[in-house]
Amino acid sequence: MILQVEDLHVWFDLERGGELHAVQGVTFELAPGERFGLVGESGCGKTTTILALMGLLPASASVSGRVVLDGENMLAQGERTVAPHRWRDVAMVFQGAMNAFNPVKRIGEQIAEPMELHGIAEGRAAHRRVAELLERVGIPAARADRFPHEFSGGMRQRAAIAMALACQPKVLLADEPTTALDVMVQAQILELLVALADDFGLALVLVTHDLPIVAQVCDRAAVMYAGEIVESGPVDALFHAPRHPYTRLLFAATPDLYGDAEVVSIPGAPPRLDRAIVGCPFRPRCDRAFGRCVDDRPALKPVAAEQAAACHLNDVPQEVPA
Amino acid sequence: MTSTAPILADEPQDLEAPPPRRRPFVWSVIRGQPQATVGAVVLLAFVVVAVLAPVIAPYDPREKAGDVFEAPSSEHWLGLDDGGFDMLSLMIHGARVSLIVGFAAALVAMLVGGTVGLISGYFGGKTDITLMRLTDYFIVIPDIPLMLVVAAIWGRSLTNIILIIGLIYWTTTARVIRSQVLSVRERVYVQRTRALGAGHWRILSRHVLPQVAPLLVAITVLTVAVAIFAETAIAFLGLGDPTLISWGKLIENAFSRSAISVDAWWAIVPPGLAVVAVVLACTMIGRSLEDALNPRLRVGHLSVRRFRVREVEGKAL
Repeated sequence: MILQVEDLHVWFDLERGGELHAVQGVTFELAPGERFGLVGESGCGKTTTILALMGLLPASASVSGRVVLDGENMLAQGERTVAPHRWRDVAMVFQGAMNAFNPVKRIGEQIAEPMELHGIAEGRAAHRRVAELLERVGIPAARADRFPHEFSGGMRQRAAIAMALACQPKVLLADEPTTALDVMVQAQILELLVALADDFGLALVLVTHDLPIVAQVCDRAAVMYAGEIVESGPVDALFHAPRHPYTRLLFAATPDLYGDAEVVSIPGAPPRLDRAIVGCPFRPRCDRAFGRCVDDRPALKPVAAEQAAACHLNDVPQEVPA
Repeated sequence: MTSTAPILADEPQDLEAPPPRRRPFVWSVIRGQPQATVGAVVLLAFVVVAVLAPVIAPYDPREKAGDVFEAPSSEHWLGLDDGGFDMLSLMIHGARVSLIVGFAAALVAMLVGGTVGLISGYFGGKTDITLMRLTDYFIVIPDIPLMLVVAAIWGRSLTNIILIIGLIYWTTTARVIRSQVLSVRERVYVQRTRALGAGHWRILSRHVLPQVAPLLVAITVLTVAVAIFAETAIAFLGLGDPTLISWGKLIENAFSRSAISVDAWWAIVPPGLAVVAVVLACTMIGRSLEDALNPRLRVGHLSVRRFRVREVEGKAL
């Protein structure tokens, strides 16, 4: 395992007092070359989880748990132990990364910056490496001395990926890497990410709310709700045999290309996270809630080979959802 | 709101409850940064003294209270000046003129500089070039000689001094505001507002000005310091309003009546220290405001990475 996340919690101090428990005990692990999806609706803690892996949380955040990279706990002493690994071993393609470039500096310089900061390459060597990286992500190397505004959205996204690869990281975190791109470019970017994971043995964490993307790219995925993972397992199993009603409803809420199945929406909204929750966080929106769900919070338990879900229905054999 | 009792997931979300009021920017900086707090307390003290001058001054500053250059005593804490007037009372009354000139001139600089900066940055093109060349012209002219010449021509009244100082120190404000406006006018929401059909006046007043207002306040506070200093300089050179008592005037009087040669330090040092204290207080507030506005410090989760690590006892949640 290249990266193990164990019982990760993130709290944010609220300005009015109290705190918001944004990530509540997230646990998962990644093998080299593995492609892992993190899905869920807005505000469920996906982005906060991977920002915590990068140590990029603001001062109002506090974190507990372990993020073990190659046997070393990056979170042990906060910023001090995360900094050497950030971008060196764990790199990230930000949400809206195509806007993450400084408009007045050339693309090439910006891709070379992390290499200089981490002492990997400088001057001519860095130039050569930038050219390689750009070619690898499908941009002619000669474009390195162009400015960001001379690139299209897709090209900027590719350049952002090249920047993430600059230090040959072991783990690549991609936060909604294809939103705001058209479907053709989106498909190309996703193909690129898959190819990179294969070629470099890069473990990929793909954060998205777009389920077809997960199905297309990932081997395994975890579904997050209200700050915790409610179901995780191989993508196939999540699609065809979900063991948590939220997973099932989430897939039912995705339109089908051929328009056969009716699109279902999940009524209601996720619960507030500034107070501890009793019972199952999904109960008010669940179509199969029963008595036990009110005051007994379900834990994430293995339900099948490599599949785990946090739902009481799995303890009641006759009621296992079809 | 601050209750921590566990709740059910479908507990009402309190969406109706009004969000807590945010403290105004200036106030939160003054509360939050120790050096700004010190500056504000000092400045406030001087303002209170200036407002209550006739009440708290122990003597009438225009009535002889003793011998010329009498040393400090229990009756006259800061001694007497070259005319036998009580120094403490003179200082207290002098605060009025110094502060009035400081604030009023800074206000003039804010109005002129703010307007020029807004128009120049927002409209760009020829307007920008013209206004900026005009600004350059004012920057190039040496301050003190210009003040001397203008004071000599316009006459030595309080209003004129305020106008002269204001019209010399608006350039910094104009420059800083212009550069900020250049950035703000390119933001997507400004384009959106234009697309919705808003006119220049509406965009400037509703979207651009509020965005640069905190910066305008910060520079203005710094201008107050510069203006008080300039007033002292003008008065010291004998070009202040001769009928008014100001700190600069006190220093000038003491200086020209050879207070130094009779070792009457009390006639020169206190007004000097008062000027230093007020200028320093304004600078401390202004710098803190500027720091808080510095975009480099506001990259949020990217630059300030001091998140805390907790022991795992939080597991119980």
